[in-house]
Amino acid sequence: MEFKNLKLSKKTTFVIWVLIIAFIIAAPSILPVFRLNLLGRYLSLAIVALGVDLIWGFTGLLSLGQGIFFALGGYCAAMYLQITSSSEFPNNIPEFFGLYGVDNLPFFWEPFRNPIFSLFAIWVIPALVAGILGFLVFRNRIKGVYFSILTQAALLVFFNFFNGQQKLINGTNGLKTDVTQLFGQMVGSESIQRMFFWFTALLVIAAWFFSKWVVKGRFGNILIGIRDDEPRVRFTGYNPVLFKTIIFSIAGGLAGISGALYTVQSGIVSPQFMTVPFSIEMVIWVAVGGRGTLLGAILGAVLINYAKSLVSEALPASWMFIQGGIFILVVTALPEGVLGWVQGEGPRNLLQKLGLKRKIETYPSLEIKNETEGLKNE
Amino acid sequence: MNKKTNSLLRLENISVSFEGFLALNDLNLSLKKGELRAVIGPNGAGKTTFLDVITGKVKPTKGDVFFKGKSLIGRKEHKIARLGVGRKFQSPRVFENLTVKENLEISVSTPKSPLNLINKKIKNDQLDEIEHLMKVINLSKKINSKAGALSHGQKQWLEIAMLLGQKPDLMLVDEPVAGLTDEETDLTADLLKSLSGDNTVVVIDHDMEFIRRLDSNVSVLNQGTVLCEGTMDTIQNDKRVIDVYLGRPEK
Repeated sequence: MEFKNLKLSKKTTFVIWVLIIAFIIAAPSILPVFRLNLLGRYLSLAIVALGVDLIWGFTGLLSLGQGIFFALGGYCAAMYLQITSSSEFPNNIPEFFGLYGVDNLPFFWEPFRNPIFSLFAIWVIPALVAGILGFLVFRNRIKGVYFSILTQAALLVFFNFFNGQQKLINGTNGLKTDVTQLFGQMVGSESIQRMFFWFTALLVIAAWFFSKWVVKGRFGNILIGIRDDEPRVRFTGYNPVLFKTIIFSIAGGLAGISGALYTVQSGIVSPQFMTVPFSIEMVIWVAVGGRGTLLGAILGAVLINYAKSLVSEALPASWMFIQGGIFILVVTALPEGVLGWVQGEGPRNLLQKLGLKRKIETYPSLEIKNETEGLKNE
Repeated sequence: MNKKTNSLLRLENISVSFEGFLALNDLNLSLKKGELRAVIGPNGAGKTTFLDVITGKVKPTKGDVFFKGKSLIGRKEHKIARLGVGRKFQSPRVFENLTVKENLEISVSTPKSPLNLINKKIKNDQLDEIEHLMKVINLSKKINSKAGALSHGQKQWLEIAMLLGQKPDLMLVDEPVAGLTDEETDLTADLLKSLSGDNTVVVIDHDMEFIRRLDSNVSVLNQGTVLCEGTMDTIQNDKRVIDVYLGRPEK
């Protein structure tokens, strides 16, 4: 049981944090620009993965449509950057409108001239869309596989809609951000990108603490209750619809922030963010990292994506097989994910199988141990 | 008995039909405040459906249910629970991935809104209540164990404690002694008996020894309707009950 609820001493925790922060500050000077940019993008993906862990790992809602909220956040960021950088173009509107003969800015672009509005829109709009969509689905008690299929269908609806709207948002071409201006500098420039890297790292840590706070107390226990036995929660007097809507909305907001950070570091947002495989990949990151562990979601998102780029560079076109292999391995051998395995009985069992550790006494000693633990807490 | 005025719970002409099969057929039943009532009946008599109707899980095709004078028909499960109807399920349904204490926290917490749960710490009197409940079910030493690690009997008791923690006016208890040892069964019977008076309790079970020990009024269900009501002695000598349920003693 020594690995369970792995408690680090205050000193160790402090050292780990110092190392993390030192790495974040130093990363731009250690890593080449290209690698730094990749790391920044993967860190932003960790935020959407945290949301997937909240709804799937804790609440049992397997959404295959997180790409919707991810893309919405990305579009909000890109619209702000485009509209504020369009003063030299005809009619003072983004350049692409000229291609389709649009002279007047569509009405919904207007508020994105305001930086404050845009900063809020990035997470509030995805959270609202998720909340409304979630409420309608949960109120009708659609769950399990049906919920997953429905979210995927919604994803396809959004994908097709965004693809077809050339005159509103440049359709399938998407919105470019790298040649837009921010604080008088090009968004694609090294200095702005470095800033985005630090900002992303900071937000990952903030999102992690926020998610931990959400699942910490009784609220988190109700989420786990909904995952394990929803009718029981209902008969205890709680309304699961509210709890599910709130957590789905939170995950949507996190996806929006993630999408915005990913967009500004990739240089473009397009309906490709709403393809089916991408949303499924988000689930794979969490499954591999460890469902219901939060930290596992972050590690899964960053490490799998980093592995993806390294593998793709070395062996082009082989990544899909490797990713599939990792997923199958995790589902069959480590159903709790890598971090779940480490925190559980995994390492002990492995050592036992290798003959390096004595088997623990079984039932009776466990009972005694539990009892003494209980006494200590009294 | 003055059924109209004195009753906490009243079922009037309840019928439930599942695709033509009548699970409940014109069922009438009424409970006084503080009463302990046992409900027995053969398999398929409609015992669990009867609880499903009261708790809002199943909507009756016909009839009405009144609880504290209010109709329960059309209300959602969680609203009915908040009105004061608590239910214990047939097989123990505790949250196995939560600790004993967390399970009880879920049950005693009020108000049950997401905002309250995420913002505020649990109140002190609710913590006291949890401590008290732990003593009642004798699980004080296991307060931080996962509920999934408890034995079957301990889970049954934890679920009863969770039911008590909700402070319901009406407790619906479905087969509380299934799978318990004789000793545990006796303790459970005493616990339920001690609860009546302050609480109104409905117990559904098959175990005749257990029902006898409850020493309460018994309603016998058969084919979705109340076959007869009375004390254990009355129903044990009722010819209809013997025919459908108890069976004739072998000669």
